[in-house]
Amino acid sequence: MGFELETAANPQGLRRVAIDPVSRVEGHGKVTLLLDENNQVQQARLHIVEFRGFEKFIEGRPYWEVPVMVQRLCGICPVSHHLAASKAFDRVLGATPITASAEAVRRLMHYGQMLQSHALHFFHLSSPDLLFGFSSDVAQRNIVGVATAHPEVAKKGILLRKFGQEIIRITSGKRVHGTGAVPGGINKLLTGQERDSLKQDLPQMLQWAQDSVDIAKQLHAQSDAVYRNFGSFRSNLMSLVRADGAMDLYDGVLRVRDANGHILFDGVDDQSYLDLIEEEVRAWSYMKFPHLRSLGREQGWYRVGPLARVQNCDFIPSPLAEIERKEFVAWGQGELVHASLAYHWARMIEMLHAVEVIAALLDDPALLSGDLLSKDWVRQRRGVGIIEAPRGTLIHDYDVGEDDLVKHCNLIVSTTHNNQAMNEAVRSVAKEYLSGQEITEGLLNHVEVAIRAYDPCLSCATHALGQMPLDVTLLAADGTVLDRVQKSREFGLTRQINTPIGLEE
Amino acid sequence: MSTKPAILVLGWGNLSRGDDALGPMFVAGLQERLPRELQTEVEFLDDYQLQIEHAIDLVGRSHILFVDASLDCAAPLEARAVRARRDASYTSHALSAEALLQVYEDMQGDHAPDATLLALRGQEFGLGEPLSQVAHSHLQAGLEWGIQWISKFAATGRQ
Repeated sequence: MGFELETAANPQGLRRVAIDPVSRVEGHGKVTLLLDENNQVQQARLHIVEFRGFEKFIEGRPYWEVPVMVQRLCGICPVSHHLAASKAFDRVLGATPITASAEAVRRLMHYGQMLQSHALHFFHLSSPDLLFGFSSDVAQRNIVGVATAHPEVAKKGILLRKFGQEIIRITSGKRVHGTGAVPGGINKLLTGQERDSLKQDLPQMLQWAQDSVDIAKQLHAQSDAVYRNFGSFRSNLMSLVRADGAMDLYDGVLRVRDANGHILFDGVDDQSYLDLIEEEVRAWSYMKFPHLRSLGREQGWYRVGPLARVQNCDFIPSPLAEIERKEFVAWGQGELVHASLAYHWARMIEMLHAVEVIAALLDDPALLSGDLLSKDWVRQRRGVGIIEAPRGTLIHDYDVGEDDLVKHCNLIVSTTHNNQAMNEAVRSVAKEYLSGQEITEGLLNHVEVAIRAYDPCLSCATHALGQMPLDVTLLAADGTVLDRVQKSREFGLTRQINTPIGLEE
Repeated sequence: MSTKPAILVLGWGNLSRGDDALGPMFVAGLQERLPRELQTEVEFLDDYQLQIEHAIDLVGRSHILFVDASLDCAAPLEARAVRARRDASYTSHALSAEALLQVYEDMQGDHAPDATLLALRGQEFGLGEPLSQVAHSHLQAGLEWGIQWISKFAATGRQ
């Protein structure tokens, strides 16, 4: 698990391929591939070029504002930030355990978020790659292309996501940036009418979620070798699990497995995450590189997210998803599954689990009556909240002064945990598919497909019109622009040769 | 028979990202300023990003006004008709207005409603920053434009 191809031995004299930014992932990312004169990849890196400054955004604010404001960090998983912050401030207030009603409503909100996010990723962001192939026509390879060629698939994706969004609206009070969870509990229960409106759609959602797992399985069966080998590399896996080893996406203890599937760490209390993890800064990326403290940077990096969670748990506590988990594990033929594309299959198993959990929660009377807040609080200085967000483990860590202002905070988002893994995926694919060949859009998309498997949220960048072109440039060793390919909403794919660029070397 | 208002105003952006807030602030401002007699003819919606499920919000409308901050448009604003189009929507997890209209057409098997994209010029998009002074003036211009736009189509609807 070293760092082959992270840094070229002799970067001078290599030409550079830049993919900037990576399309269909959140925010700005840039891939640089340094090629030698024989088109062999000598260096491959996924750069994160925007510094977000999340912590500075939060520090100095009253703690009770934070669960609402952190939702503005991310347009894709605001609920995960909302709940992770709320869990952390439960600890600061000494308000744990929260009430049964608070836990039921928060869990419902969280699994609704998991459903809508996984549906968006599979049907909107990845199914174009999966259904059309990685080198297919770029105009076809997006959600619109899917809707045209597979209208039933696209419609299921939209309606699954809509159902998840409706759960979020009902539990948080608003469609966007609601306030359902508060430090110490929640601020509203569900009405019977709200619960019944959700229950009405459940049978259809359950069927579509099952269909989605079947689609993912079919894709693996149809192209078994590709799905086993594309962007595959060995790594440790980390996630929360319930104390009894079950999958739990809302709460639990940290567990790490090594690449062979052996449990390295288990039962790690969320408040002690810093005993397990440390973060490393590398000069060429704004995003940190977390790793297991005791194993060090070269052996201690790990993957999080669906691939890790489905294999890290001992079982999934819902019947349909558990059947699918067993089939997934069997596909590994006695080994852990390390293929990046298997994230998609694991993601759909989790989506099915989310619908099953939602169904069970909607039968829980605690959603409709009970205390909103716990009692007998004993105030603490520090609190950590960890949740399994759609993309993986999300950590919020706050230090709150006696004046109720946040003095310090540390956020480790899922994509940061997967930083090293995404770099490994880029290297793996670049080495296999790009070396010794001319660069084409289809080939470059292989790199992007590998990154997209992790559903990264590279930054919570603004999405003002016209901001995010894709720029691919080939530079000769002497800096001459050999080729330049740009993608944009307005003009699609355009190629310019011998144009100045202004990319950093 | 649908009881939805015929006009939808849909703005998007991040309230904590400086001038990226122009879209949702336009929606809030227009809702506040619009004359009472026009309020019932319009539904207002704001979101963080344009997403696939917004295609469902377009159903049953005659006119759509999309509103977003822009770094490319002329100051203070530009408005143009948008039509369903297969574009790359390389903005990651978010769709363009054109692609959203295309999703609508593919889903519904019908032409998308008439749609206009109002781009409000912004300049500062830093996390935690308030709306800039210049964007504030662009917002005011946009609101005046928006009231006229709605008056025109609401009147058309009543004829």
